[in-house]
Amino acid sequence: MGAGGEGVCVCVCVGGEARYEQTCLLPVLLQNSEDIRCKCIFLCHCISLMDNCLHVVEPMPVDGKDVEAYCLRCECKYEERSSGTIKVTIIIYLSILGLLLLYMVYLTLLEPMLKRRLFGHSQLIQSDDEVGVCVSLNIAPFANAHNVLSRSHSRPNVLNKVEHAQQRWRRQVQEQRKSVFDRHVVLS
Amino acid sequence: FSAVTVVGSNYAMSNGGGAASSSTHLLDFLEEPIPGVGTYDDFHTIDWVREKCKDRERHRKINSKKKESAWEFTKSLYDAWSGWLVVTLTGLASGALAGLIDIAADWMNDLKEGVCLSAMWFNHEQCCWTSNETTFAERDKCPQWKSWAELILGQAEGPGSYIMNYFMYIYWALSFAFLAVCLVKVFAPYACGSGIPEIKTILSGFIIRGYLGKWTLMIKTITLVLAVASGLSLGKEGPLVHVACCCGNIFSYLFPKYSKNEAKKREVLSAASAAGVSVAFGAPIGGVLFSLEEVSYYFPLKTLWRSFFAALVAAFVLRSINPFGNSRLVLFYVEYHTPWYLFELIPFILLGVFGGLWGAFFIRANIAWCRRRKSTRFGKYPVLEVILVAAITAVVAFPNPYTRQNTSELIKELFTDCGPLESSQLCQYRSQMNGSKAFTDNPNRPAGPGVYAAMWQLCLALIFKIIMTIFTFGLKVPSGLFIPSMAIGAIAGRIVGIAVEQLAYYHHDWFLFKEWCEVGADCITPGLYAMVGAAACLGGVTRMTVSLVVIVFELTGGLEYIVPLMAAVMTSKWVGDAFGREGIYEAHIRLNGYPFLDAKEEFTHTTLAREVMRPRRSDPPLAVLTQDDLTVEELQGIINDTSYNGFPVIVSKESQRLVGFALRRDITIAIENARRKQEGIMLNSRVYFTQHAPTLPADSPRPLKLRSILDMSPFTVTDHTPMEIVVDIFRKLGLRQCLVTHNGRLLGIITKKDILRHMAQMANQDPESIMFN
Repeated sequence: MGAGGEGVCVCVCVGGEARYEQTCLLPVLLQNSEDIRCKCIFLCHCISLMDNCLHVVEPMPVDGKDVEAYCLRCECKYEERSSGTIKVTIIIYLSILGLLLLYMVYLTLLEPMLKRRLFGHSQLIQSDDEVGVCVSLNIAPFANAHNVLSRSHSRPNVLNKVEHAQQRWRRQVQEQRKSVFDRHVVLS
Repeated sequence: FSAVTVVGSNYAMSNGGGAASSSTHLLDFLEEPIPGVGTYDDFHTIDWVREKCKDRERHRKINSKKKESAWEFTKSLYDAWSGWLVVTLTGLASGALAGLIDIAADWMNDLKEGVCLSAMWFNHEQCCWTSNETTFAERDKCPQWKSWAELILGQAEGPGSYIMNYFMYIYWALSFAFLAVCLVKVFAPYACGSGIPEIKTILSGFIIRGYLGKWTLMIKTITLVLAVASGLSLGKEGPLVHVACCCGNIFSYLFPKYSKNEAKKREVLSAASAAGVSVAFGAPIGGVLFSLEEVSYYFPLKTLWRSFFAALVAAFVLRSINPFGNSRLVLFYVEYHTPWYLFELIPFILLGVFGGLWGAFFIRANIAWCRRRKSTRFGKYPVLEVILVAAITAVVAFPNPYTRQNTSELIKELFTDCGPLESSQLCQYRSQMNGSKAFTDNPNRPAGPGVYAAMWQLCLALIFKIIMTIFTFGLKVPSGLFIPSMAIGAIAGRIVGIAVEQLAYYHHDWFLFKEWCEVGADCITPGLYAMVGAAACLGGVTRMTVSLVVIVFELTGGLEYIVPLMAAVMTSKWVGDAFGREGIYEAHIRLNGYPFLDAKEEFTHTTLAREVMRPRRSDPPLAVLTQDDLTVEELQGIINDTSYNGFPVIVSKESQRLVGFALRRDITIAIENARRKQEGIMLNSRVYFTQHAPTLPADSPRPLKLRSILDMSPFTVTDHTPMEIVVDIFRKLGLRQCLVTHNGRLLGIITKKDILRHMAQMANQDPESIMFN
């Protein structure tokens, strides 16, 4: 394929999201041997789907009876896309990413701060005469006695189950983190 | 005497083969099954024989009840079709997730350069898709797409805007990489790495709990996009296989046929990995062959058909989502059909040699680096390491236009041959035509200055990619290897192709070129060299053969070029094997010490079973259980004092004749269950593994029958069995342990770990590196 071809342009059709390109095939015999043939591809500028090379290429590089041979066949290559899919996908992805980031910030920064406040608060309680209450209820030192009491009576089992599941998940992730990052036994 | 006859009949049954013992098994199963027996601990190997027996048992039960009522019939139909249902769901999910990953990765990649003001969710190409103002020479410029320099500084050209673009590129790359590694560390540490070595091990029978779970799936999908978008030298094909296997695992939990049986689950995982490669490359047949050749351990014919179905469903879903904006599924579609000539086999074979050499070098360097990361303090700072590698990659990659762009786009550009539609720098040949006289008698074209500049940049890009991929593969973010190796091969191939083309131009009167290059036709197609180089490098590093050729010709659509591809892939495999028999995935398996018995290696040593079995001479004697002599307390004592996974059960200490094999986990669960459910089980209750309780004095507590957990048909070999046969048995049957007898008496035990250690010792490697059971 050795076409020189200046003035080559890409077609764009106005209206709609589809884009059309038109190509014209020009069979040109270079040698007299039957085995060899050369094809050149020119792009034509088109305004609508119905245009073809014959009417649109200016100035015509060949004249007279060769014009028909020059633009023997025009093929349109049809391309389409779906911008709605792209929009929905990007929005879904960014929202999941945002939620994960918020949860990560909560887990790494906010929760220890809240726990510290509760811990600090219960330390204050323990220093008062509620020590006996804490000990007799057998509650872990860094849980607020009042909160735990109220929670176990008023909230149903669903929240406890969620807490429980979350604690189990955290422990699993901790185990995984130890084997991958600390002990380097898996996935090194 | 009655005891002896009872013992004798037991012995006959245990040696009578599988059929006899399965009937005793059936009787025992009809007694209430103990919940929890038959499951496995984390980081342990499954017992393939037991799982397959369980599945056949289940199938027989369902079939026998089929004729009873319409409900049972429907249940049997559901059971038969549940396999297809799982595989369909897996294909759907994989296709959908792959579409999400492709679209999001394309968008985030271009976010480093600029934004589309009219629609923020479009990347560069989509933004300028409908624009009227693109010209041929500048197809990428349109007013809706603004680079960061334009937005911030207000001007698009000039040194100030170049520095601003540079700075924003580095900023985005670092923030994406930092986000990725933080998410992996906080939520799912198993989501890092490629995933293929671990999946290979899981498919061979290993259990890693959580590796194919929901959180791993979500984090792997999200962080894969971030890792690819940060410009690191990695690809998304390996992680997509992991994502597909996670989907397969999650869906198999909906069906008890697959969730309760580890062997059946692995059939689903084989099909899922085929779906993963199918959506990664748009190559369904290549995906099935990849699953067969690289990933799966046991691949029965039923799995072949299911894998093909899964790959097709996944490819179909991906096509209907249509992420690339055209209805082609193929990534690097080549549209040329120029023939190749016989003398071109020489540069193709040279490219194969390059691929093999690079593969061997990469494997050695990457394993050395990963070993250093594993054992020194350097591995304690994964987040810092990721940020450092991303920073170096971004700083060095930006100035060179070939490394700045997306690696997939680079490969596409290198594969595409220069036609009148191409305006890239690589295609700026000096034109010889001036109007009417179209052709001289020289078929090729001389390179213009653009091509020489492009060659220099490509050489620098090649060196950069070779060095950076060594440090990038194995980072604690999802990272794949296929696209970087194909890029390295494509760059090398294109350079060789252009060199051969110029050689043909300047010396067109040489015998070689004059004979074969016909006048008037383009002789050398550098794009084809790039394709062959890519296949050679990928083959050199993974040592795939048939699946690689099929993947590459499905990727490019170039069916005429199978012979050059095969020549290059064969050469690269031979050259690579001369330096070391392992591909990159087997090397990582060995680095991590997973218990993977490679089916491709031959065991050629002449050792006997008694040289490998335990206990050795210096070890304490074999821990055995007698069939009706022990009390619960003694049994618990044996279990607590030792750390073995299973114990052979013998008739008595004097005769040492074998009855069966019992697993530690099953014994523990059975004892706990009995103490909870049955009354009267005390510490000095007798434990018996026989069918009938032994005669006990009248005031003794109720005895505990543990026959249901006993495996009555353990595999045995004699001590003079050659190790070749033992290794063959382990491989073919998927055994975990094998008992060694001498003259009919129990002598010792060989486990899979012992075999792996022995093979490592024979190959002069460190036998202590085998870590898991």
